[in-house]
Amino acid sequence: MLEIIIQFFADNLPMIIMLVLASFLGMEIIGKVPTVLHTPLMSGANAISGVVAIGAIILVRSASPDDYFSLGLGSVGIALAIINVAGGFAVTNRMLEMFKKKKDNKSS
Amino acid sequence: METTISQLLYLISLVLFIVGLKGLSHPETARRGNLIAASGMILGIIVALFQPMQDASNNYLWILGGVIVGSAIGLTAAKKVQMTKMPEMVSLFNGLGGACAMFIGFVEFYNLPAQTEMMSGSVFTNIFALVIGSISFSGSLIAYGKLNGSLRDSLKLPAPQVINVLNLIGIFVICGLILSGSELDMNLVIALFALSLTYGVVFVTPIGGGDMPVVISLLNSITGIGAMGAGLIYSNNVMIIGGILVGASGVILTVMMCKAMNRTLFNVIIGGISSSSSSA
Repeated sequence: MLEIIIQFFADNLPMIIMLVLASFLGMEIIGKVPTVLHTPLMSGANAISGVVAIGAIILVRSASPDDYFSLGLGSVGIALAIINVAGGFAVTNRMLEMFKKKKDNKSS
Repeated sequence: METTISQLLYLISLVLFIVGLKGLSHPETARRGNLIAASGMILGIIVALFQPMQDASNNYLWILGGVIVGSAIGLTAAKKVQMTKMPEMVSLFNGLGGACAMFIGFVEFYNLPAQTEMMSGSVFTNIFALVIGSISFSGSLIAYGKLNGSLRDSLKLPAPQVINVLNLIGIFVICGLILSGSELDMNLVIALFALSLTYGVVFVTPIGGGDMPVVISLLNSITGIGAMGAGLIYSNNVMIIGGILVGASGVILTVMMCKAMNRTLFNVIIGGISSSSSSA
C-alpha cells in the first residue's frame, strides 16, 4: 500500500509541485477585496471554473463517432459548462458596469 | 511541435486567468480583469479544439452544437436576469459547471478500458471528478432554489449532521470498494453518484438563506476543485491550474465574505445545522 503511494508521488512529482504552488498562488492572488467586489469576484472566479468545458471538448474529440453515449453526455457537458462560462463572464460584466454607472452619477 | 505550441498557448491562457483574477479584486481594474479572464477562456477553448490528439475522431459537429446551445442560453440568461437575482444566477451557473465535471467523471468510468487496474491514478481521478462535480451540482441547485424561493428557507431534514456523516462514510466505503475491486462494477459507480448528489443536498439544505452567498462562494471553490479533478483525467494543465486557482481563491473569498458578515465559516456551516435543529 505504502509502495503504491510512493510510486504515485514519484510518477507525478512535477504535477504535485505545480498543484501546491498554484494553490498558494490562488490564495495570494486576491489580496484585500472591498466588500462591493465580493459578488463580482465570486462570479468571475465561477466563470473561470468553467474551464471544465475543455475537458468535455477533449472527451467528445476522442470519442468514437458511433459511441452515442459519450457523444451525447459529452456535448451536454460542453453546453452546460459553456453556459457557466458565457453566462458567468456576461453577468460579471453587467454587475461591474452597474458600479461604474453609480460612480458616474455620484461624480456628475 | 504542435503539442509544444498548444502547451505554450495554454500557458498564455493561464496567465490571462491569473491577471484577470488579480484585476477583478481591485475596483478600478475589475472590468478589465473580467474581460482578460474571458479572453483567456476563449483562447483555452480554441486550443482545446485544435490541440493534436492521438486517434481523435474530433466530432466537431457535436462540439459545435454544445458550444452554440451553451452560449445562447448563457448569454440570454445573463442579459435577462434582474440585478437582485444575481447571486442565484451565479449559483445556477456554478452548478452547471459542476454538472460538467460530473458527466466527465461518469463517461470516463463508462469508457474505462476493460483491463484497467482498479487501484490506479485514472480510476482515482474519475472518482474525484464524479464525486466533487456531483456535490457541487446538487448543492448549487439547492442554493439556487432557496434564494429563488422555490424551496422554503425553513426546509429541514431530521438530524442533518447524522445523515451528513453517514453519507460521507458511505462515499468513502464505496470509493474503497471500487478501488479494491478486481474489475469495474458500474453499480458501485452509480451508487457513488447517488450518494454524492445526496451529500450536496444534505450539506446545503440546513443553511439559512442569509448565509447563502457564503455557501455559493464555497460551492464555487468546490467546482474549481472538480475542474481540477477533471483536468487530472486528461493531464490538461489549464484545467488543473485554472481549477486549483479558483479553488484556492474561492476559499479565501469565502473566508473574507464571512468576515464581512462577522461570522466564521465554521459558524455558517455548523450554525445552519444547529439553528435548524434547535428550532425544530
